[in-house]
Formats: sequence, structure tokens, C-alpha cells
Amino acid sequence: MAASYDQRLVLDSRLDEVSRAEKVVLEAVVACNFSDTDQFAIKLALEEALANAIKHGNESDEGKHVTLEFHVDERKLTITICDEGTGFDPQRVPDPTLDENIEKPYGRGVWLIKTYMNEVSYNDQGNCLTMVKFRTHATSSSGR
Amino acid sequence: MAETESRLVVHQEGDVTVIEFLDRNILEESSIQQISDEMLELISKTDHPKLLINFENVDHLSSAALGTLIRANTKVTQKKGQLRLCNISSQIYEVFVITKLYKLFEIDKSVEEAVGKFK
Repeated sequence: MAASYDQRLVLDSRLDEVSRAEKVVLEAVVACNFSDTDQFAIKLALEEALANAIKHGNESDEGKHVTLEFHVDERKLTITICDEGTGFDPQRVPDPTLDENIEKPYGRGVWLIKTYMNEVSYNDQGNCLTMVKFRTHATSSSGR
Repeated sequence: MAETESRLVVHQEGDVTVIEFLDRNILEESSIQQISDEMLELISKTDHPKLLINFENVDHLSSAALGTLIRANTKVTQKKGQLRLCNISSQIYEVFVITKLYKLFEIDKSVEEAVGKFK
């Protein structure tokens, strides 16, 4: 029978919680046969999304929590991450690849999430992010 | 008093300071902050720093790590030094391409190649 996992995690607003969440999600993703490349993308997007939720959403307030819910099967991974902050407008995040922003040492997290995941959406308030990664099929014989 | 263990391995290749990371994943903020502090201290010690950052052992890095590299590059440039990166895996190089940071950094294949390109 095909593997499928659903889980909900509640994280404290501490950055050391990020690795705990990543471990849970990546174990499920590996069990669903996602490739190394997919795992790299998922780990990166998770890191950025959770760090944003903890630092910018909840402003590292330990009285606030981040919830992470995910569903993964052998077709795709869907993750929703919500913080207790006031939210933000993702349209207003400047393009970090423009020449005027290239030397700024911040502002690349949202861009990386959008690039590495197949679908990214926010709720109206801007404090819940849903991202989807479709499993790519192995091309081990293609070589590079 | 207990000192925090360094997260960098540093050695000299002639007048080039080569930096390697202890962590395979440069993701977590606490370790990135320490890496940043250690790198900036190394840069501040020299007048015209020649720094080579070797990514041979690195599997993952986050935008916060990219921020640290940009800060190091800015500081090196201010001190009229040179910063080069090398041994970047194809997956991590893709991050530099996506963010267009490959335009900002000098990236070489190996330590030997990079060391030979310092002026």
C-alpha cells in the first residue's frame, strides 16, 4: 500500500525547534520516496518558512507558537505553517535579485521558498503559508 | 571559563586564509551567528585580507548563511581584500544562481584553483 502521512506539530517560538520539525517532515518525505533533490528543496523551504514564522511572525515571543501541518504521499507534500503574528504582504517583499538589492544581507527567504516549492500561497492575513512540492521522479540514469 | 567551540577550521595557504565549516548544514541561526562572528573577527585582524571559504563539507545552507557571506564580502571589500568561494556542490551552487549571488562572489572549483587566482 502506498505510504501517506498526516501530522500536526506545535512549535515553541525558538529557532532550535526548527530542526525538530524538519526531522519529522523529512522522515515522512523519505518514506514516500522523494528524491535527494526534492529533499534539499523541502529542507531549505522549511528552514526559511519556520525561521520567518518564529523571528518575524511571532517575533521570538515564547508565549506564541507556530503550528505546522503536513500531508505527504507519493505524489506530493503539502505543508501549512501558521504563526500568531499580524501577518505580512508577500507582494511587498522586494526582489532580492535586483542589482540594488543584491548586496543586502537579508530578504532572500521568501524568494527561495517560491523558487524551490511548486505552489506557495498565504491566507488573507498573511500569517499562514501553504506550500506544495510535487515529487519528482528519479532520473538516475540520465547522468550529468 | 568554558569557551564556545569554534565552528570553523582555519589554515593558511601562503598568504591566503582558508576557512572550512565544521557543520554540514549551515542552517541554524545560532550556529550562523557564531560563524559570522568568527569570520568577521578573522577579517578584522588583517589589513588586506585574502579569504577563501571552502564549502567542501557543506550540504545545506539557508538565506541567513547567505547573509553572513554577504556581510563578510562587504567587510573584506571595505578592507581592500579579496574573498573567494570554492568546492560548492551543484545543489548549493543552484542557490547562488537562483539568488544571483554568483554575480557577487568569485567562485572556483577547488582550493588549488582559487588560491592561484588571488592577486
